Amino acid sequence: MTERYDILVVGAGPAGLTAARTAAAHGARVGLIDAQAQPGGQVWRHDVRHHAPREARAAISGLGQVELLSQHTVVAVEPSALRVEMPRGASELRYDALVLATGARELLLPFPGWTLPGVTGAGGLQALAKQGWPVAGKRVVIAGSGPLLLAAAATLRAHGAHVLGIYEQAAAASVHAFARQLVHWPAKAMQALGLRTRLAGVPYHFGSFIRGASGDDTLSRVDIEGPRGSQSIECDMLGVGYGLVPNVELAQLLGCALVHQGAHPRVQVDALLRTSVSGIYAAGEAGGIGGLAVARIEGEIAGHMAAGQTQAATALLPMRGKERRFGALLSHHFALDPRLLSLANAQTLICRCEDVTLGELDGFSDARSAKLVTRCGMGACQGRICGTALAELGRFPRNGARPPVFPTRLATLAGLTTFPSSDDY
Amino acid sequence: MSATVRLSVNGQPVEVPAGASVAAAMAHVTLHFRRSVSGTARAPLCGMGVCFECRVNIDGVPHVRACMTPVIEGMQVRTDD
Amino acid sequence: MAHYDLIVIGAGMIGASCADAASAEGMRVALIEPGPIGGGATAAAMGHLVAMDDDPAELALARYSLHHWEAFADLKEAEFSRCGTLWVARSDADRNAAAARAARLGAAGVEAHLIDAATLYELEPALTPGLSGGMLVPREAVVYPPRMARYLVQRAQSRGARLYAGRRAQALLSSGVQLDDRTRLSGPVLVATGCAIPELLPMLPMRARKGHLIITERYPNLLRHQLLELGYADSAHGDADSSVAFNVQPRPTGQILIGSSREFSAIDASVSPAMVQRMLERSFAFVPALRRLQALRIWTGFRPTTPDGRPYLGAVPGATNQWVAAGHEGLGITTALGSARLLMDLIHGRTPAIDPAPYAPSRMAA
Repeated sequence: MTERYDILVVGAGPAGLTAARTAAAHGARVGLIDAQAQPGGQVWRHDVRHHAPREARAAISGLGQVELLSQHTVVAVEPSALRVEMPRGASELRYDALVLATGARELLLPFPGWTLPGVTGAGGLQALAKQGWPVAGKRVVIAGSGPLLLAAAATLRAHGAHVLGIYEQAAAASVHAFARQLVHWPAKAMQALGLRTRLAGVPYHFGSFIRGASGDDTLSRVDIEGPRGSQSIECDMLGVGYGLVPNVELAQLLGCALVHQGAHPRVQVDALLRTSVSGIYAAGEAGGIGGLAVARIEGEIAGHMAAGQTQAATALLPMRGKERRFGALLSHHFALDPRLLSLANAQTLICRCEDVTLGELDGFSDARSAKLVTRCGMGACQGRICGTALAELGRFPRNGARPPVFPTRLATLAGLTTFPSSDDY
Repeated sequence: MSATVRLSVNGQPVEVPAGASVAAAMAHVTLHFRRSVSGTARAPLCGMGVCFECRVNIDGVPHVRACMTPVIEGMQVRTDD
Repeated sequence: MAHYDLIVIGAGMIGASCADAASAEGMRVALIEPGPIGGGATAAAMGHLVAMDDDPAELALARYSLHHWEAFADLKEAEFSRCGTLWVARSDADRNAAAARAARLGAAGVEAHLIDAATLYELEPALTPGLSGGMLVPREAVVYPPRMARYLVQRAQSRGARLYAGRRAQALLSSGVQLDDRTRLSGPVLVATGCAIPELLPMLPMRARKGHLIITERYPNLLRHQLLELGYADSAHGDADSSVAFNVQPRPTGQILIGSSREFSAIDASVSPAMVQRMLERSFAFVPALRRLQALRIWTGFRPTTPDGRPYLGAVPGATNQWVAAGHEGLGITTALGSARLLMDLIHGRTPAIDPAPYAPSRMAA
């Protein structure tokens, strides 16, 4: 089964929603692909208990003629086509132009105890709470780095969690300097103020990080290192994340050039969001972490570009420049404390899929050799977690992407379009 | 405020709001989603379909990400023993 | 200039086996490898230890080599799993042909039994209904090649072998080799660079035969044996520009490794969706339950293939102190250990345990 679109947009977060709507307004047939059941991406993720923000509702309800392809996961690429898998089938979607709005994932760094049930990403815990994960009355510690910690804590509180504290690894002086810069971005300043109000009474600690987590078979305690020494806190859940890294796997498989920003790759784009491959554009976090406003303005630019409206896209460039500067500010003020890179010891599992410890990776100087011998990165997450962590730890960069983009039914790879039934395993 | 969905997690009935994920529903019953290859208990880490720690058996299909799967009435979910 | 008793070029499974065997004989060994150890065809290989019977010379080498593999049956790094090979017959004609094959294998000392359909389904309930039986080779096994290659290199190093990691052999000298950093090493040279053989030995033709492999999530107990269709040799040893065959392996992890494809004209390493599709259709025809399994990864590799399908094992024609071990097509893991011993016998002027004539590189000069 093959479906043909003028423009396909991958990712229904703020960038993809905007790109799809913008392109469709030019009369193009647009398909908006997303692996989740509901549009919104991570920042506007559907919440089972609370309404989405007004702007998210507007972006979703404004899709108009756009065909929203929810629960569609892109698993393989073919010339001018994407192979997608759904819960009960698969199909091939052809395109003339493609917008990659694949967003970002959390940077998760290994530390002793990080595999215990109850330890999640900070954004991860926020996402789980929105999915209906029972957090009411639970004692929750939020840690890591960046403004996302506040958003996560606010969501958890709104869902009834008892947030014991937010532990930001950046030093107080650095966070305060960041806050002063917000005068240049009044909307963000308002948002930050709003979050602080919603978090009244929740302690916000700086220069503090999680050294370890422990518990019998689930989390019961975290060890925290702060400017005034170490302490242990009893808790039920720990959400810890160190900022975001772009999702570039699909772009890489499509042959789009990547550039490194620190330890991690992002999709290389020019001012008009063209990737190195003709007809493919990248908008939002995939092209470098920049936040919600960047995603929206770039979605609009990419939507115009994909529809061949260069002039409309060009008119938006000054706005893009301003919002992109915010991303640079973030990475500057929330730069990671080098001590975070030595929390894992030789016994700490790095590859959680294949259970490979950091010690087992000693003596390897490249990812491929390490992978061939230890199977590090060969599991279901395809190295998204361990490969990214090892790059951040300075061990070795993640190596090239291999198909499929995500684990995929063999039936899908064989071109079958319906879900095989009544086979036993 | 909205409808609820009933499903079974390791044989135990669970009722959650429509639109909830299987992962969220499971957390009402157990925090042990799967056994890692060396036998340790695991639960969701990333919450957004990236880490594959929340793989469970849903209606007989193994290795399904619970965080990416919305609950459906009558679903049978099983974790590793 | 550093002098060695043997300079092995290439640390794939073949070069690693040669370096290991040479160092075991007390030779001062150098091993040159520009990339990861076992990073070429070795990394891409299935790791199935199998005797193919359609060429007597190949069978003799496999048989000899399989005997030496037994020494590693309990080695952790080998990840040796004696799953046996089950050749599946689609028709009675297939099964009758298998009788002759079982007899040839038996005569060579490889235990092989013909089995009827009832036994086939007892052994592998996931096979599609309607098959007519097959041939079971119970002592065959699967191993994990890149880890094994690394083990052999490290064992050679522990005996004093010197690994020139990250170095490429740029040119053969009259007695030795020059590396890409201008270092010169002197001594007899053994070239084991697989598909890259013509770069150093242009008189030895070699074609790269591309293959695809797919590995799945863990599904313990779905399959128990390495499964192949009896027509596999037609694909493996035929000269068709592209072919696929049912060739599926249960890894000790519970993962399923799915092959196999062969292409001569494909030169880039990218995964071909069309080839993957053909290969999967073939495997579904034998094991329908595969359709629902999750694929984790697809990769490709290149088999070093000589014009007659037999490896080059022996002296380089027209040269002194130059040896070659390459061109094992899809059987390099199976026959590496035997190949290395054969080479050592030839280098030391001993009579090899098996007749070396069929593998003599000089056959290309004739």
